[in-house]
Amino acid sequence: MSGLVGRHIDFLEALRGAGLPVSLAEDLDAFAALAALPWHDRETVRTGYAATVVKRQSQRPTFDALFDLYFPRLVGAGAVGADDADDLEGDGLPAVRDSAEALADFLERLEEALVDDGQRALQDLAVEAVGRFGAMPGRAPGLSGWSAYTALRRVDPTELTGRIVAALEQRGRVPDEARRAAGRRIGTFIKAVEDDARRRIAEEKGPDHVADVAIRPTIDRLDFTSARRADLEEMRREIYPLARRLATRLTREHHALRRGPLDVRRTVRASLSTGGVPITTRHRPKRARRTELVVLCDVSGSVANFAQFTLLLVFALREQFTKVRAFTFIDTVHEVTHHFRPGADVADVMADLAASTAHAALWGRTNYGRALTTFAETYGDAVGPKTSLLILGDARSNYSDLSLPALRQVSDAARHAWWLNPEHPRHWDTGDSAAGPYGEIVPMVECRNLVQLGEFVHDLV
Amino acid sequence: MTWFSSPTGASESLRDTGYLADDATATTAYLAGALEKPLLVEGPAGVGKTELAKAVARATGADLVRLQCYEGLDEARALYEWNYKKQLLRIQASGGDQAWSETHDDIFTDEFLLTRPLLTAIRRETPTVLLIDEVDKTDVEVEGLLLEVLSDFQVTIPELGTVVALRRPYVVLTSNASRELSEALKRRCLYLHLDYPDAEREREIVTGQVPELDRRIAEQLIDTIGRLRDLDLKKAPSIAESVDWARTLVALQVGSLDDETISRTLGAVLKHASDHDRAIRELGLP
Repeated sequence: MSGLVGRHIDFLEALRGAGLPVSLAEDLDAFAALAALPWHDRETVRTGYAATVVKRQSQRPTFDALFDLYFPRLVGAGAVGADDADDLEGDGLPAVRDSAEALADFLERLEEALVDDGQRALQDLAVEAVGRFGAMPGRAPGLSGWSAYTALRRVDPTELTGRIVAALEQRGRVPDEARRAAGRRIGTFIKAVEDDARRRIAEEKGPDHVADVAIRPTIDRLDFTSARRADLEEMRREIYPLARRLATRLTREHHALRRGPLDVRRTVRASLSTGGVPITTRHRPKRARRTELVVLCDVSGSVANFAQFTLLLVFALREQFTKVRAFTFIDTVHEVTHHFRPGADVADVMADLAASTAHAALWGRTNYGRALTTFAETYGDAVGPKTSLLILGDARSNYSDLSLPALRQVSDAARHAWWLNPEHPRHWDTGDSAAGPYGEIVPMVECRNLVQLGEFVHDLV
Repeated sequence: MTWFSSPTGASESLRDTGYLADDATATTAYLAGALEKPLLVEGPAGVGKTELAKAVARATGADLVRLQCYEGLDEARALYEWNYKKQLLRIQASGGDQAWSETHDDIFTDEFLLTRPLLTAIRRETPTVLLIDEVDKTDVEVEGLLLEVLSDFQVTIPELGTVVALRRPYVVLTSNASRELSEALKRRCLYLHLDYPDAEREREIVTGQVPELDRRIAEQLIDTIGRLRDLDLKKAPSIAESVDWARTLVALQVGSLDDETISRTLGAVLKHASDHDRAIRELGLP
């Protein structure tokens, strides 16, 4: 039993380290749950832990990754691998199990599994892939390791994409859909391979060693600039729920502040029913003051994702503002307000935005100075005393003229102005970043992930 | 009492009532009973959160007490209220020949207490399932109110003292996650996230709910629903929509689910115009 308690506590420590707020009460609950559950199935134990310790769905991937480390699915190569090992390692030396035939055979089976989308088969194949192609021999026992990178370089599942798409189309899928499905299945396989390499490393070096480095932050805390493509898609799905949560919270807070000054006439009128005693007071509704918003965003390659997310979020919350106008720039300014029609499809808007990027560039090199000057000249009247101005970008202007007077002119005209920078403050003012000079004119705010973005937009409204 | 004998037992008895739970749901439902902790169920609309509570009540032969939450819900609607009118009548009827202290003791008794769902559930002697529906719709203050009820299963009424549950009810809270619930509330609950089911289970659910549906059409329907969920939609179809669609197809006496029929009846599944357009474009429907 003591071994279990130790592992239980290590596991919860790792969860806390990864940012899950696991309290002592939940710790005890989890242990009570373990006592109440049968242990023959690993998934039951996982459910027991999940029910007691994870209280937010966005933390579930982190939890699952750590659970797989501390309570692995199998040890070593498992039952499947053990059979192979017997015939190959007869002479006591680690045999070379990677060969051209083995690879061809493996790819064939992988393709089949990917077409059928058999989760179990894919998982077994991932184990085999790491065991067969991902071993990194070490000089001494204990120095050998496993690498998902090596395995995936040898077995490149993306090469199978074309054939999987063809097979799926044969089964009656529309081309676009087949491509999407194939991409997702291959993504699952790659993740399974990475997980298995991690599991093997954890087995040899202890889970604590891996837990610190292997766990990615949850999607709402992931940096915009370091997101992979799959992450971006997931983030995009998060935008609408985030906007909805923000809107609910804002309405609630507005309601709390709604009571305005006393309405004497209606109070006296209401007091008639209680014999002239004003038991319930009536108030005039408070007039909500809404701001106009002008968003000016850098859409050059390095920060394009960040700009898109911010624009989507701002437009999802548009009823909280009287008016929203959006401009994009690289070295010249282009208005994109018309792309955000009410009720429009998110994916379409994203596509339109991407297409319109070309209008924002004359030469294609980011030039904040020229963009700001053009904005002040052409659209200067968009910014008035009721406007909040929002500038999004990393303030990296390729060492060109900064046009500080133009920025000062625009920000003086606005009621408030902010600059959102998707870089960590420690990178500000390094290289060609002009965060300092710009930050003196317009307050610069760090905004690296969805949580920070949500908080900022909330405070803005 | 024990609510369920084991995770498999929970799965089987829920199945008998027509609720097909996956392993995680059954295990968590069993745990909620075994640990006597409230169960917080989150998930998109229409995946059977409320239905889970009803199924637990049916499966265990317990009565269901339901508290529907909404903005502005207060103590008087959730917990208890004194019946002022009756108290007033009582005072008037006594006609002043009674001492004040007697009257005072008299009008704050059980007779004048109007119990609301939370207190009702706690005072019941028979097994009870308490369903607190859409708890995210309430104000934050109501959550504070729930804390005492959910952690100790007791309610303090100043005039009567503390009412302790004779038998702990099986509590299910549901939420659409439209706002974050407080940590204090979450800490007291077991957590279950219900998501869209896998194809196999969904087919069982649909054919269970709409037995008239042809088996072949059911296959096609589930397949199409799966394809729709893969798209980037504002509101992906949930189980409730699959079942609605199946009913629609039965009512229309559709022989086979071809592209033509799909695009004609898509309104039963997708509730946004932009989703509609997108589905037609991406799935290549006429």
